[in-house]
Amino acid sequence: MVGNPRRPLRVLIAKPGLDGHDRGAKVIVRALRDAGFEVIYTGIRQTPDMIAATALQEDVDAVGLSLLSGAHMTLFPQIVEGLRRRGLGSVLVFGGGIIPDEDVPRLQAAGVDRVFGPGTPLRSIAEYLKEKLASKTVAR
Amino acid sequence: MARLVLSGDTGALARSLSLIIDESGEADVLIRSFFPKSGSAQKIGICGPPGAGKSTLTGRLVALYRKAGLKVGVLAVDPSSPISGGAFLGDRLRIQDHATDSGVFIRSLATRGMVGGVSHTIFGAIHALEAWGCDRIVVETVGTGQDEVVIARVADTVVYVTTPTMGDEIQAMKAGVMEVADLFVVNKADLSGAHKAISDLKTALGLGREAGCGGWQTPVLGISALSGQGLPELLAGLDEHARHLRDSGEGRERLKRQYREEVSLYVSRRVYQDALSQMDSHLDELVDHKSDPPSVAARMLRGGAN
Repeated sequence: MVGNPRRPLRVLIAKPGLDGHDRGAKVIVRALRDAGFEVIYTGIRQTPDMIAATALQEDVDAVGLSLLSGAHMTLFPQIVEGLRRRGLGSVLVFGGGIIPDEDVPRLQAAGVDRVFGPGTPLRSIAEYLKEKLASKTVAR
Repeated sequence: MARLVLSGDTGALARSLSLIIDESGEADVLIRSFFPKSGSAQKIGICGPPGAGKSTLTGRLVALYRKAGLKVGVLAVDPSSPISGGAFLGDRLRIQDHATDSGVFIRSLATRGMVGGVSHTIFGAIHALEAWGCDRIVVETVGTGQDEVVIARVADTVVYVTTPTMGDEIQAMKAGVMEVADLFVVNKADLSGAHKAISDLKTALGLGREAGCGGWQTPVLGISALSGQGLPELLAGLDEHARHLRDSGEGRERLKRQYREEVSLYVSRRVYQDALSQMDSHLDELVDHKSDPPSVAARMLRGGAN
């Protein structure tokens, strides 16, 4: 069959850890859906392993992590590691939530490409993903 | 990659599913290698209106099948936006308990413009899951409620999920998915009105079908997917239906029906794509009145057939 020249990008939005504040995650889900992404949402209270396994099964292009509890320095790197262990090192990882500026460089060093703080315009997240993942929309 | 899938590799299955769902060039080769395993799993279609509890029930079924030591695949379909082309695939959220279980594979699918509660690439996705070794495959439809009859051309066993508040026997008498269900489930049976809903459904079923028609009496079961009430009976009903399909020869007929649908979708898409790819070259002729739409269509179809 003829190859699909432009497939929709798939993004997993996940909430690791124990905080139940999922409004931010849901706003992102909605914004990305409206920007043409296929968005999978894990729901709250996910372990790093659950998130990495879900990313594998859903074969997503990017994983967005939302966390407001302060455990990002522990959980985000574990998720990146879980993805790499599953051969998903090329999956783009980005994050958001309540994350102090001074933590961002260390998260980036650990493999989180970008951290979006509160007040980020929704459009800029969609544009960031489209730019970063541009090469992936053409046949796999 | 096909060999890896056949040996049970989860990552290879995930990649194969994407190639199939994205209709990539390698999809046909993969499907050919997977096809020998086709028909090895019981494919269970879960349909019903939004909010009836299809995803929660799917999660329960997965848990029960895992307890029985069976390998389970789930294809959960949610709608694509006709406006943005995007989708929110939210079924998985209620099945996440099984995210790290190596005997369960869950994939969320967007309809990508197809109507009828499933996407046309679902057949290839099912072949991949069967090749991976699934004993049961649960296909959860979009949940439009009334017209998702396509599921009967995909699944071996169709479960229609409703709730006590979804209407009286007049609703149950309507044409559509109510006609194709093999098992009816009234979910949230702990709510008031459950007994009436169950008896309304039984009445509606009794109006149409000859007793013992085809040897399968469509059961109506009250369950609560949340509390677990009625689930053992549902599981028994599903196994009973699988036995019925095997013993009566109906299973073979259903497989034929599935393959007919798969092949005709394949043919129509191929013809359609090939024909439409030449469309642009004909549009000037139409604007200049050098030809007319029926003649252009006839020429395009001839071109598409070779």
